[in-house]
Amino acid sequence: MKKKLIGGIAAAAALALAMTGCAGGGGGGDDELITVGFAQTGSESGWRSANTESMKAAFSEENGFELVFNAADNKIEAQIAAVRSFINQGVDAIVIAPIVEDGWDDVLTEAKEAGIPVILEDRTVTASDDLYAAWVGLDFRNEGVMAGQWAAETFGDTPTNLVVLEGTTGSAPANDRAEGFAEAIEGTAITTLDSQTGNFTRADGKTVMEGFLQKYGDTIDLVYAHNDDMALGAIDAIEAAGLVPGTDIQIVSIDAVKDGMLALIDGKINFIVECNPLLGDLAAGLVKDVLAGKDVEKKIYVEDQSFTPEQAAEVIDERLY
Amino acid sequence: MTKIFKHRLVLPIAALVALILVNTISRPSFVSITVRDGQLYGSVIDILRNSAPLMLVALGMTIVIATRGIDLSVGALMAVSGAVALTIIDGSGSPDSPATLGIAIAAGVTVTLIFGAWNGFLVSVLGIQPIIATLVLMLAGRGIALLITGGFITTVTSTPYKFMSQGYLLGLPFAFYVSVVAIVLVALIQRRTALGVLTESVGINPEASRLAGVRSRGIVWGAYAVSGLLAGFAGILYSSNIMAADANAAGQYIELDAILAVVLGGTSLMGGKFSIAGTVIGVFTIQTLKSTITFLGVPPAVSPLFMAMVVVIVVLVQSQRVRNGASKLWATVSSRKEAEVAR
Repeated sequence: MKKKLIGGIAAAAALALAMTGCAGGGGGGDDELITVGFAQTGSESGWRSANTESMKAAFSEENGFELVFNAADNKIEAQIAAVRSFINQGVDAIVIAPIVEDGWDDVLTEAKEAGIPVILEDRTVTASDDLYAAWVGLDFRNEGVMAGQWAAETFGDTPTNLVVLEGTTGSAPANDRAEGFAEAIEGTAITTLDSQTGNFTRADGKTVMEGFLQKYGDTIDLVYAHNDDMALGAIDAIEAAGLVPGTDIQIVSIDAVKDGMLALIDGKINFIVECNPLLGDLAAGLVKDVLAGKDVEKKIYVEDQSFTPEQAAEVIDERLY
Repeated sequence: MTKIFKHRLVLPIAALVALILVNTISRPSFVSITVRDGQLYGSVIDILRNSAPLMLVALGMTIVIATRGIDLSVGALMAVSGAVALTIIDGSGSPDSPATLGIAIAAGVTVTLIFGAWNGFLVSVLGIQPIIATLVLMLAGRGIALLITGGFITTVTSTPYKFMSQGYLLGLPFAFYVSVVAIVLVALIQRRTALGVLTESVGINPEASRLAGVRSRGIVWGAYAVSGLLAGFAGILYSSNIMAADANAAGQYIELDAILAVVLGGTSLMGGKFSIAGTVIGVFTIQTLKSTITFLGVPPAVSPLFMAMVVVIVVLVQSQRVRNGASKLWATVSSRKEAEVAR
C-alpha cells in the first residue's frame, strides 16, 4: 500500500520533471540570451509570490535572460531534482531559493563540476561557501533583532508574557528570527510562555494561537509571529476569544506584505519588520557579473525597514507588494 | 459487561478518552467550557469547530475505502473549491449578499463534484487503480487552484462567508452543525437504505457482487463523486476559517489524516465493512491529538515524532494479532504465578 503510493508519487514526479525538461530545452536555441534556471521554493505565502514576480521581471527577455522557472511546492527532493535537471539542460547559471539549509553539498558539487555558477537567494545553505558564487538575501537574524528591540523598548521592565508562532521547523528564517529576537529581549522582563510552529501559514497560525489562548487565557501580553500570515491567523483567534488584538494582546511580526500592512494600519498588529522580497534585480545583476568573471561579494544583505502603524499608513499606497 | 468490551468501537473510544484524560491531567482547563457573549468557548469547542473539514473529508474517504478504493485527491480538491469560491466573491461587487455567497459555494462544490466524478470514471469505468487515478488530481489539483488564484493568496471580506466557519448558532460553532448534518446524511443514506450493504459487498468481492446483480460500477463511481463533493465543502469551510484561498496550504496532507481517521475508526483498508461512527471518533481523536501538541507544549521539532508514536500505539492496541499475543502472554504469566503459589 505505502510502497505503491511512494512509487506512484515518484513516477508522477518523474513525469512532471520530464515535462519541464522539454519546455526548457525547446526554447534554448537563442545564443544571445543567458539561460538561467531558477528553483523557487513554491508559492506558500504572499511574500513568496512577490519574490517570484520580482525574479520573473528581472530575468526577462528584455534584460537579456531566458528564465527556466521551477516551483518545488516546498518539497525538498523536488527542488534538488529541479536543480539537477537544470544542470543536465546545461543552463548558463542557476539561482536557488533553498527550502531548507541542509543537504545541498552533492548537488552544488555537481553544478560546480559542470561549470555552472550558482547564486543563492533568500534563504541560505549550510554547504561550504566555495560551492556557490554568491548569496543575496536578507539578514533574518537582524530582522529578529529589530522585532526584539521594539518589544524590549515597548515593554522593558514591565513583566510581559510572550508567545511565539515559529516558522517552518528547521528553515533558516525560523531559526534566525528566533535567535535574533531572543538575543534582543535578553535582560528584559519579557518571559516566553510558549513557542510552537505555525508553518508560516494562516491556518496553522490560527490553530496554534487558539491553543495558546486556551492554555494561558488572557495572561498573554505579546505575540511574536515569524511572518505576517501567521500573525493574521492569530488576529482571528484572538478576536474569537473575545480579546482585542493590538490592545489586549500586542502583536509584532515580520514580512510587511500587503494584508499585514493593512492590519498594522488598523492597529491590529503593533509593529512589522520588513522582509523585502524584491531581490530580482540584485540577483540578475549578480548573475551577469559572475558570468562576466567579475569578483562579487559572497554575501549581499538587503537593508530591511520597519514600520509602526503611522509609518505604514504613509507608505501603503506606493508599495509594490 | 464482556459484550460491551467486545464491541468494535470500544478501542477507538478508549483511545480518544485516554487522550482527553492526558490533556485534562496536564491542564484541567482543557475540558472547561465557558460562556462568552452567549457562545460556548473552550478547547473542546475549538476541537469540534476545527475538525469540521477533516470530518467531511473522512466521511467521503470512508465510503471510498469501503469500496476497496482510496482517494488521494481530497486535499487538492479542497484547495480548488476554496479558490473557486473566493475568486468569485473577490470579483463580485457585493461580497456580502446571499446570492453571491450561494453562487460561490455552488460553483466551488460543483467543480469538485465533477472532479470527484472524474476520479470515479477513471476507477470504475476505465479500471485504473484508485491510488493512481486519484494521484492525478492530487498533483494537478493544486496546480489548478494556483492557476485560479494566479499564484497569490486571495483574501476577501464577506460577513456571511466568514460565518460558516467562524460563526455561532445557538451557542455552538456553525461548522459543527455542518459536520453533524453531513454525518447524519451519510449515515441515513448508507444505513437506512440498502446502499451501505451494497457498498460493502462491492468492497468485499466486486466480482461476486456483480454476478449477484449489484451494479458495482455505479456504486464505485458514486463513492468518488461523493468524496469529491464533501472535499469541496471542506475546502469552503477551510477558506472561510482564514478568509483566504491558500492554494498551497489548504488541505495539505488531509488525505493522510482522513485515511488515518478511517483506519483508527476500525474500517479496514481492504474494503468491505465500514463504520461511520468509527470514522467520527477517529476524526475527533486526530483533532484532539493536534491540540494535545500545543497543550502539552511538545517542541515543534519533535511533534511529528510524538504524533507518529501515539498513532503507532493506538494502531497496535487495535490490532487483533497483537491483542491475541498479549492475552496469551498474560495467560502464561498468570498461570506460572498460580503454579508458583501452588508450590
